[in-house]
Amino acid sequence: MGLSVQMAIKKNRLVIRLDGELDQSNVEELKKKVCNIIKKYSIVNLVFNFENLSFMDSTGIGFIIGRYGEIKRKGGSIVICSMNNTIKKVFNISGLKRICNVANDEVSADKILGVIA
Amino acid sequence: MKNELNISFPSKLINVQTSRAILIGFLAELDLPMSVINELKTALSEAVTNAIVHGYNNDESCVVSLYFSYDDFSIKMIVEDKGVGIENIDAAKEPLFSTKFDEERAGLGFTIMEVFTDSLQIDSVLGSGTKVTMIKNYAS
Repeated sequence: MGLSVQMAIKKNRLVIRLDGELDQSNVEELKKKVCNIIKKYSIVNLVFNFENLSFMDSTGIGFIIGRYGEIKRKGGSIVICSMNNTIKKVFNISGLKRICNVANDEVSADKILGVIA
Repeated sequence: MKNELNISFPSKLINVQTSRAILIGFLAELDLPMSVINELKTALSEAVTNAIVHGYNNDESCVVSLYFSYDDFSIKMIVEDKGVGIENIDAAKEPLFSTKFDEERAGLGFTIMEVFTDSLQIDSVLGSGTKVTMIKNYAS
């Protein structure tokens, strides 16, 4: 259990790949890591790859809304890809699709950002 | 088939994970579809997080109690804290309502519990605690 994060900077975006379970017990640490990179490299767009994220509760929704608040001032966008069915259901309940794009995988996510950013 | 389990643990956030692991172990006997298990895990995670973050204001020295049970038709989960209680349950259940927006809480806890179970009951007394009872039917 627990959560590990891998980040990669690609052209105009930061790709954040999460592995494990995201909840209130590890969100603060994740937030610190991601915010550091966003600030340090003046990141504008974010891709969240949830392919290996097996669990996420509404803590994750709060986290994404917080990051959206950071990048929207710079005109940035968020794409979330590879959500499992339960996470997708949480995502749909949250209304987050009004502010985030959804993609099936990272390649499609890159394409979306290539077009809109 | 029937079973039940009572467990208490300190109000530490790491125990949000622990509670999900206990639930999975407890339900193993039922051979449930993955989707049912995942929805129960998510609902439980919300309730335990609420107990610690809201009920106890992140004070780690308190106690959260869980009760799980199942029979041939349904699964019951009760999460109880002896914390501050909820002033207005109807407001708290409103989607996107949160008393802690500055901490990036989405205000979706009760909404998720409601959507992912078949019955949600919240009993709360200001100053003495909150008891959340969730029931999910699994058999036809």
